[in-house]
Amino acid sequence: MAREEIGKSEAAPASSLETGYERLGFWARIADNDVTYSFLRSPLVMAAAGITVTFILAAVFAPLVAPFDPFDPTQISLWDGKLPPAWVQGSNPAYFLGTDDQGRDLFSTILYGGRISLLVGFAAVFLSMALGIGLGVAAGYLGGWFDAFVMRLADVQLTIPGILTAILINGIARSVLPIELRDELAIYVVILAIGFSDWPQFARVTRAAALVEAEKEYIQAARVIGLRPFIIIVRHILPNVLRPALVLATIGLALAIIAEATLSFLGQGVPPTTPSLGTLIRIGNDYLFSGLWWITLFPALALVTLVLAVNLLGDWLRDALNPKLR
Amino acid sequence: MKTATFLKGAVLAAALPMLIGAASAENVLRWTSQGDALTLDPQSQNEGPTTAMNQNIYESLVKRDWNLVLEPGLAESWTPLDDGNWEFKLRQGVKFHDGADFTAEDVVFTFNRANAASSDFKEYLKTITEVKAVDDYTVHIITDNPNPILPNELTSIFIVDKGWAERNRVVEPQDYAAKQETFAVRNANGTGPFIVEQRLPDELTVLVKNPDWWGLEDQPHNIDKIEYRPIKNAATRVAALLSGEVDFVLDPPLQDLKRIEAADGLGVKTVNQIRTIFFGMDQGIDELRSSNIKGKNPFADKRVRQAMYQALDVEAIRRVVMEGQSFPAGIITSPGVLGFTEELDERLPFDVEGAKQLMADAGYADGFSVQLDCPNNRYNNDENICQAAVAMLAKIGIDVKLEAIPKSEHFPKLQNRVTDFYMLGWGVPTLDSAYVFDFLYDSEGSWNVTGFSNARLDELAETMASETDLDKRAAMIAEAWAIAKDDIAYLPIHHQVIAWGMSDKLDMPIVANDSPHFRWARMN
Repeated sequence: MAREEIGKSEAAPASSLETGYERLGFWARIADNDVTYSFLRSPLVMAAAGITVTFILAAVFAPLVAPFDPFDPTQISLWDGKLPPAWVQGSNPAYFLGTDDQGRDLFSTILYGGRISLLVGFAAVFLSMALGIGLGVAAGYLGGWFDAFVMRLADVQLTIPGILTAILINGIARSVLPIELRDELAIYVVILAIGFSDWPQFARVTRAAALVEAEKEYIQAARVIGLRPFIIIVRHILPNVLRPALVLATIGLALAIIAEATLSFLGQGVPPTTPSLGTLIRIGNDYLFSGLWWITLFPALALVTLVLAVNLLGDWLRDALNPKLR
Repeated sequence: MKTATFLKGAVLAAALPMLIGAASAENVLRWTSQGDALTLDPQSQNEGPTTAMNQNIYESLVKRDWNLVLEPGLAESWTPLDDGNWEFKLRQGVKFHDGADFTAEDVVFTFNRANAASSDFKEYLKTITEVKAVDDYTVHIITDNPNPILPNELTSIFIVDKGWAERNRVVEPQDYAAKQETFAVRNANGTGPFIVEQRLPDELTVLVKNPDWWGLEDQPHNIDKIEYRPIKNAATRVAALLSGEVDFVLDPPLQDLKRIEAADGLGVKTVNQIRTIFFGMDQGIDELRSSNIKGKNPFADKRVRQAMYQALDVEAIRRVVMEGQSFPAGIITSPGVLGFTEELDERLPFDVEGAKQLMADAGYADGFSVQLDCPNNRYNNDENICQAAVAMLAKIGIDVKLEAIPKSEHFPKLQNRVTDFYMLGWGVPTLDSAYVFDFLYDSEGSWNVTGFSNARLDELAETMASETDLDKRAAMIAEAWAIAKDDIAYLPIHHQVIAWGMSDKLDMPIVANDSPHFRWARMN
């Protein structure tokens, strides 16, 4: 996420509470924001944001940045397979980071693979966020049996590691889908699998926030004037529980990227003809003993860097938005 | 153990190593490969690893030694009779693992079983009209015409006990393509050197020594127990060998052979395998199941098949994918098999431009799409070969969607004929080309799932089975190969080279059919 975007999305819900603030212009408000201040004071966070933005841009513009299209089989020549990175003897300078076992340029494949990783990450987080916030807010506001049911469901799911749930959903989807469609739908299945395995976190956080909000006078006032529960939830409670959920989403993004890589590494994710970072690491893993270290190392480094950067951003965001830690 | 127990009481500190010493006095051979036997039913699946597992449990009348020369198995001798039929004298005093006696009625029963509808071994027996038990230890095999290679064809027919099969209701072989489960799938009762102790498919198979095996005197092995665990991941398989977790890897990844050889206490044995890897295309169906071309079948056009053939850069596959451990193939038969010649094995040149022209001539200048079904745990680097083929065929406009799945899902696709384009490897246990024609080219061949049909080739396959004049027969084989090759019914890729990785503790000869025979193994 770009830093302006972060400032914007976080400043919006805050502004409704601090009334005097609204007289300032939009950009001035961002510049004068606590979050912006904290951001500008931490070089580590700025670096993390820089890396994340670079990754996102590289993924979005991969067809322009990458020297080859690794997903286009007509551009692959097997004779170029297993070439080492440019600075090692026996390399071909056209392939800066070397090639994989099929002759795909590793640098391009990492860019395209990162695209899949980020797409899956964002989509899965969005899914689990939508699911978790929806259920959490409803549970917190409505209470009663619905609350108990949703929270017990979340408890049960939390006892099972997320990746196991994802493998389960993935496995079921694969056996249900006709073989012809498996590869085409693989990426959506992975998104669903990860999305469904991660919602309890969001549900718990938003439920807690919704419980607090539901007791406040403005909600009671809204109830007294006869607003329907749906309107109250959407218009009044939701904006006020979004902040912790967004912080969680940033950390969830890193976890979702890891989950996708894990699934693909286990051969449960996207097919090898359109490799994600996890698939690439798995392919490279078969060649570690024979000394072709680069096939696994570079995608792994890319994955670690990306996840670390996103995680740092998430951590910082949590601290910056928490007045008690300031 | 008595000694160990005594020591345990006397000196506790010394007892533990002694106990371990006593336990390891038993020779346990642990081995792995990428894919398990599909079934233990000896007449259900004519597949390499399945036969390789079963031949340690079951036995045939005629066997092969490690140079693939015929040797007596459950038959002590066999002689052609004057009328062109064969007489087999059976070995006496042989017992099945459950203690039942082996007699002629078991042989008759087995041949009937191998001829059942669900058997995958019918082609081996196609010349046989009757199997007669003359007495308890003499069997006459009656053929429709004199069959000179009958003993070669019997090496894959494992003898099953009649009483056991009837008691357990496995008189008919398991119907594998229909995913049938029978008693014989996880249990076995053979006469062979090893007894099944535990069978967990795709997980663990434990065989123990058959102390009453008749062959122990001539072929004394010293293996007490064999533990087989399939490991699909290539790197994990190598790691298991390097760490000493297993003593033998049937199929170490080719790129890791150097590493294994360099390791202390480990070695690699290689031999040219009698197995050819190829692609098959359904050219008989009206419309392909997975193609964007509707109303006609591009594979029916020989120009398309030739274009695909010439678009495959098998030399690149040999060098890059196979690390040099393969030989480009012109026909689906390897050196060492009767009927193979260097000339037949020559390939059409690799020629992308020519291939594009052929595609244009056939009316597919814009190409077409099709799905390639490929196993991912059967042949050396099978999935990688398929991936490479996807890229090569893309260059002549064929958009190939790859479906790489475990062999236990892949083979039923072929047997149920629901695949348009597939990878298969073919070994020749009889070491005679007739076997290849019978299974792969004959219109009725059980593994001919391409719809390929040539009347002359069918006739040759039929008549060569009974031709006793070996020169005439050789001419027939040559003619059949010429037809098969000219029609490009299949796209041959290469003959495999097999490499076995094993610990120096284990001494076992490598065999060109890729079957480990533990009866020849010794551990120290």
